[in-house]
Amino acid sequence: MSDHDNGHIEDHIRVYLTVFGALAVLTLLTVAASYMDISTTEAIFLALTIATVKASLVAGYFMHLINEKQTIIWILTLTFIFFLFCMFIPMITVIDHTSLS
Amino acid sequence: MQIPYTIEERPDTGLNNSKLGIWVFLASEIMLFGGLFSAYVFLRMAAPAGDFAYWGSKLSIPMATVNTLVLISSSVTMIMSWVSLKMKDFEKYKMYMGLTLLCASIFLVIKYFEYTGKFHHGIYPSSSTFMGIYFTLTGLHGLHIIGGMIVMGYFWLPAGYKMWTSEPEHFTNRIEVVGLYWHFVDLVWIFLFPILYLL
Repeated sequence: MSDHDNGHIEDHIRVYLTVFGALAVLTLLTVAASYMDISTTEAIFLALTIATVKASLVAGYFMHLINEKQTIIWILTLTFIFFLFCMFIPMITVIDHTSLS
Repeated sequence: MQIPYTIEERPDTGLNNSKLGIWVFLASEIMLFGGLFSAYVFLRMAAPAGDFAYWGSKLSIPMATVNTLVLISSSVTMIMSWVSLKMKDFEKYKMYMGLTLLCASIFLVIKYFEYTGKFHHGIYPSSSTFMGIYFTLTGLHGLHIIGGMIVMGYFWLPAGYKMWTSEPEHFTNRIEVVGLYWHFVDLVWIFLFPILYLL
């Protein structure tokens, strides 16, 4: 987002405030959900889904990623692939059946 | 030496250098926190059943909820400070940047009470695997808050006004870049909050 949007600044402010409201509601929602009587797997899935939605709102609107230049999108896509790889490294412990004894 | 392309876009990247720079830095930050999140998953999987939930229940959800709302608010005031500069209103910028600094301070004060509350009850990073990763993650995040405050504080002080009067567009870009970093710090907390306090 650059200078071309100066004329629509009021619209942008409205978007920022809407996102703020959504983030606040989702925060309270995730706290409420943590008190629900559901299994750990379901709780993890629910909490991470809400967190991902919140993170997408921050990245998309506050960090302007929804209309950012391709260069940045590519850098982040590559980073995200490495990040996912990082998250799946602990899974190796599950598929590794060799015991130490 | 003058750093080129701080205001105008570089033809090959389509971006000014500061923006490209901060995004590459943030990419490295994603990997830094990514490594620690990965460690959290690994430790949680290896821990006895219910161990993480047991130690996690010793943390204060109300305090962390308030802190989450404080950080979200600071992200909004941060973006409003940048919008104010876009509208060439330096006084408003000062106010919003001041509010952002205030929110950051409130976050740290609450974090301080959380930490000392734990120490008071004899809970330290060495108490359990959960507490080890809890203090590591929140401590590193706290350092990012302090780092952001130092930069924001510098731009809030008279030095900021000098930069604004001599090179307003350059200064506006600087605030945008600080903002991107600040939103990232907010984003990390959005994930830390559920995995440490709620699960």
